[in-house]
Amino acid sequence: MSFPWANEYKPTNPLMQWVDERLPLPRFVYNAVGAGYPVPRNLNYMWNFGVLAGFALVLQIVTGVVLAMHYAANDKVAFDSVEHIMRDVNWGWMLRYAHANGASMFFIVVYTHIFRGFFYSSYKAPREMIWLLGVVIFLLMMATAFMGYVLPWGQMSFWGAKVITGLFSAIPLVGTPLQEWLLGGFAPDNAALNRFFSLHFLLPFVILGVIILHVWALHIPGSSNPTGVEVKQESDTVPFHPYYTAKDGFGLGIFLLVYCALVFFAPNLLGHPDNYIPANPLSTPAHIVPEWYFWPFYAILRAFTSDFLFIPAKLMGVLAMFSAILVWFFLPWLDTSPVRSGHYRPLFRKFFYLLVVDVLVLGYCGGAPAEEPYVMISQIASMYYFLHFLVILPVVSSIETPAPLPFSITEAVLGKDEHATLAPATPAVA
Amino acid sequence: MAEQASIAEATMTGANNGEGVRRRDFINIAAVSFAGVGGLAALYPLISQMAPSADVLAESSTEIDISAIAPGQAIKAVWRKQPVFIRNLTPEEIKAADGVDVASLRDPQTLEQRTTAGKTNWLITMGVCTHLGCVPLGAGEGEVKGEFGGYFCPCHGSVYDTAARIRKGPAPKNLEVPPHEFSSDTVVKIG
Repeated sequence: MSFPWANEYKPTNPLMQWVDERLPLPRFVYNAVGAGYPVPRNLNYMWNFGVLAGFALVLQIVTGVVLAMHYAANDKVAFDSVEHIMRDVNWGWMLRYAHANGASMFFIVVYTHIFRGFFYSSYKAPREMIWLLGVVIFLLMMATAFMGYVLPWGQMSFWGAKVITGLFSAIPLVGTPLQEWLLGGFAPDNAALNRFFSLHFLLPFVILGVIILHVWALHIPGSSNPTGVEVKQESDTVPFHPYYTAKDGFGLGIFLLVYCALVFFAPNLLGHPDNYIPANPLSTPAHIVPEWYFWPFYAILRAFTSDFLFIPAKLMGVLAMFSAILVWFFLPWLDTSPVRSGHYRPLFRKFFYLLVVDVLVLGYCGGAPAEEPYVMISQIASMYYFLHFLVILPVVSSIETPAPLPFSITEAVLGKDEHATLAPATPAVA
Repeated sequence: MAEQASIAEATMTGANNGEGVRRRDFINIAAVSFAGVGGLAALYPLISQMAPSADVLAESSTEIDISAIAPGQAIKAVWRKQPVFIRNLTPEEIKAADGVDVASLRDPQTLEQRTTAGKTNWLITMGVCTHLGCVPLGAGEGEVKGEFGGYFCPCHGSVYDTAARIRKGPAPKNLEVPPHEFSSDTVVKIG
């Protein structure tokens, strides 16, 4: 599970020794995110985002549990209970803004984490399972975020619920009964609101469980690094604590600066004013869009405007939208290059940046109204998105000549392998 | 020792029917199957509880007075907590709907098929876009009716004609015609 030179947990405090012999939980933490976990010495700031994502989840759970003490999941009073939180509950305004913007920050961090994976090919053997679990976490996050957005029961909440559950009605034969089963009615109503609240409370803890599996799978091969060269010797690594706890602490400071700037100075920047209008089943807002973090996928959904062979346009859009994420599951086998890091793959690197631009364009179109030229741009960008994963990646992998790799992480950092110095062994904690 | 040997022998001979299947295998399969069927049966109420409840199903018919709707006007009513468009078509609108080659439509239907015989001017449809469920514009005073003079969905740009048939955009079907009958000349019952 770890390298043979990993520090061993040796508690000196008799109480900790007593605990360790009966339930080695401190030992487990020490080996997972403490001095007992050797990590490549060359990690850059792109490796901060896993810890930041974990922090964002804890933030969401803490603020969410507190908000649930004041929120009422009933269609008659849900909207008012949110206003009650904003106006009457002590610090309620701050907790709600912290939760709403925390979701945005969570997605910013997770998107960066995912694109870090794309660039450094973190999904390649032996880390496929980490990647697959990561995609599962992302899908769970999307479901949780969607249901959370329904809870204030404003216009965007209601119509978001209607449109997204409407996706299921595209499925042949079982679609409409499935939609009615999901909603517990013919349109979003009290039944839907209540079950969304129940699931919105549950899913973060499911995510927490999958994160534990994700980190477990990570600790078998150990962390990847910017060169993509595997750890060979002790001089390639430093203990996670204090080296990366310090580095992650700095990243956390930057994260909190951005987060607090949003919460305290622009709390509604990423929201929609329409959601401050109570839900009205008889009037659709002129421009319904999901939250910004769904825009790229929403653009793909809307890109299909005419029937393809025997498949109706609506079903095509839904299939394409889900495929846009499901294709990530196949990534470890679509990219066949033996070199991991984008730093040593000149051709791959160009296409990576093109994909970033493509997703940003999709995001912009997803937030724009459904009219020209955005529809046509979405169509081109959606086509390129799938082209990247299904054609460009396999072809580039087979024709590209990668740049020479360093012999080891130590050589990449210090220039010469034999000059390696070791990190001082940290004393065992009390 | 002897006792153990005799138990082993008894298990071998007594429980073995000659094909390598022991009595214990049968008990094992029977017990697990029984527990499995019981477990699946317990799932049924857990899944079924999510379907529409009795009170939601009970709100399934409504009566509407249509006497005040002049030709060219439309109202929005509510049925099953969803909007219903009741539209009094003008002769021009009926003519426009009948003038279309039905075979060329995405969801081929004539205006006659979508209205009650003798009351073809009363077009009663759900106000729910068949794409993803938005309420199309066109029933309210001054709302955009789209290029075919019927309804226009602002969400994803589906355009419906004067018979509320899909003509353009991503929606797959015509606006659904709910079950309805005329209780009298001025009252229609939906559902």
